[in-house]
Amino acid sequence: MYKKIKYLPLGDKALVMEFGNEISKDINAKIRNVMRQLSEVEIFGIEELLPTYRSIMIMYEPLKIEYENLVSKLEMLSDTKAENGEEEIRIVEIPTLYGNEYGPDIEYVADHNHITVDEVIKIHTGTDYLVYMLGFTPGFTYLGGMSEKIATPRLPSPRTAIPAGSVGIAGSQTGMYPSETPGGWQLIGRTPVKLYDPESEPPVLLNAGDYVRYVSVNQQEYDEIQRMVKEGRYEIKIIITGGSELRE
Amino acid sequence: MSNIKVLKAGFFTTVQDTGRIGYQKFGMPVAGVMDSFSYRVANCLVGNDEKEAVLEAAFLGPELEFQEGMVVAITGADMRPRLNGKEIPMWESFKAAKGDKLSLGGIVKGLRTYIAFGGEICVEEVNNSKSTFVKSGIGGYKGRKLMDNDALAIKVSAAAVPGRRMEQKYIPEYKPRNKIRAVLGPQDDYFTEEGINAFFSPYGYKITKEADRMGYRLEGEAIAHKDKADIISDGATFGAVQVPANGQPIILMADRQTTGGYTKIAAVISTDLPVLAQMSPGNEIIFEKVTLQEAHVIYREYERKFAEIKAQICSSYKKYEFIGPSKKMRLIVNGIEYMADVQRIE
Repeated sequence: MYKKIKYLPLGDKALVMEFGNEISKDINAKIRNVMRQLSEVEIFGIEELLPTYRSIMIMYEPLKIEYENLVSKLEMLSDTKAENGEEEIRIVEIPTLYGNEYGPDIEYVADHNHITVDEVIKIHTGTDYLVYMLGFTPGFTYLGGMSEKIATPRLPSPRTAIPAGSVGIAGSQTGMYPSETPGGWQLIGRTPVKLYDPESEPPVLLNAGDYVRYVSVNQQEYDEIQRMVKEGRYEIKIIITGGSELRE
Repeated sequence: MSNIKVLKAGFFTTVQDTGRIGYQKFGMPVAGVMDSFSYRVANCLVGNDEKEAVLEAAFLGPELEFQEGMVVAITGADMRPRLNGKEIPMWESFKAAKGDKLSLGGIVKGLRTYIAFGGEICVEEVNNSKSTFVKSGIGGYKGRKLMDNDALAIKVSAAAVPGRRMEQKYIPEYKPRNKIRAVLGPQDDYFTEEGINAFFSPYGYKITKEADRMGYRLEGEAIAHKDKADIISDGATFGAVQVPANGQPIILMADRQTTGGYTKIAAVISTDLPVLAQMSPGNEIIFEKVTLQEAHVIYREYERKFAEIKAQICSSYKKYEFIGPSKKMRLIVNGIEYMADVQRIE
């Protein structure tokens, strides 16, 4: 993390507030803190905020706020220490059916790492993953914290269509496809939960700063959840904790 | 119910507005119109709110049949629009009657044409916008570009006004070679001095065939990085100029992804994006460096002038009614141009 936050212009209507040049939990926490403060104080002239791994992109209207004024307001804000009581953490459970046609690459992932399929599932479900940011396609989450014990390179040649809800591994990253897209990740399972729904507000299930916990389900449970999702009565399990329940 | 029949869709005609503001944090691209100037003027001409959705047509325009009378305005690239086979002027609102056929051809000048209808295009809003994001099949007309035989529904506004016209002097001139101004950053420190000089060199860059609503790939002198071309992905705006390891810049446009992992040497200033949006493959760009402060002076002046244009358009409204077939005539009296509507009265 930088000692001093960098303010970098991005054209005449956006600036980048850069906190560091690495992917780290500390930077992510700092970004969440500034995001929270910005949602509370609402600086006139700011049109949109986009938090990423190590920065916040701030879109502003120059007719409403001068650049220098905006930067000094942001500086003041970021100097303010967050009321460091117990910060609440949201752990979102993602029910996942591993293997078979839902996760056609799980055996490859096991072989590649010289472990069994059951061990892959145990390792994958045993850690909670921090959502660093969303990007790439609507609802796509960049997760951090996967064990190197199940790291596997991408497919040599990407598939043309991966079903929505697919859970995969690419190198030492894990993640899910919120909608059907082409992709090169090793697929290990699938969730019946809707990660992205343009009709809902907000349109995504997960936000930057949340944690994802994969929970292994069997075919029967998968089918049941899928039916409930379709009928609009499935309730996602979300654990709100001070951090004691976090598996890292 | 639909009241416009799409006889021919043209090459790439989509419903667009200002785009999805506030949803980038969910990974949702903004989309929206490429040329905001022509878009705002088109809406102003028909008496709409500036942010109403319009049709954006690229390369080859559509052919539409009106099944209900409404007010229409066409701005942007010149596609030689015709109403029932007769050429009609652009940058001016007119009344199309039931049964009229509006046909646009291929581009003569510029690249994208905007068609505004007095009223609302009836498509559902997705995340507060009617813009089509074709790549994910979201928004607009069924999430896609228009196709032959589609049927559009317009909620015709009684407040729409025909006969508004933007003065000739405000009509942009679309040229194949343009100076495009840009502000350095946020990753200009990743480039060598020679690299930055190359970017702003008078030789400029050519727009390649890989140029669409998502981005324009350019070709010219390679821009040298000091070390790496990759960064930890961060936010990207309309106009941001990415330079991957091969040194050839890419300008990100309306349908860009929200984040990107290549170094951004600079970003095109907002006032020059409408110029860029009207440039085609093979056209040339010469980047010109401006400071952020200069960019803001330019932007304020641009918006001041836009307010002036809006006022001119609104005052151009001449109250008249069509009571029979009308002919338009352009008259020049003592060097001043007039538009006269001539109609037979009983």
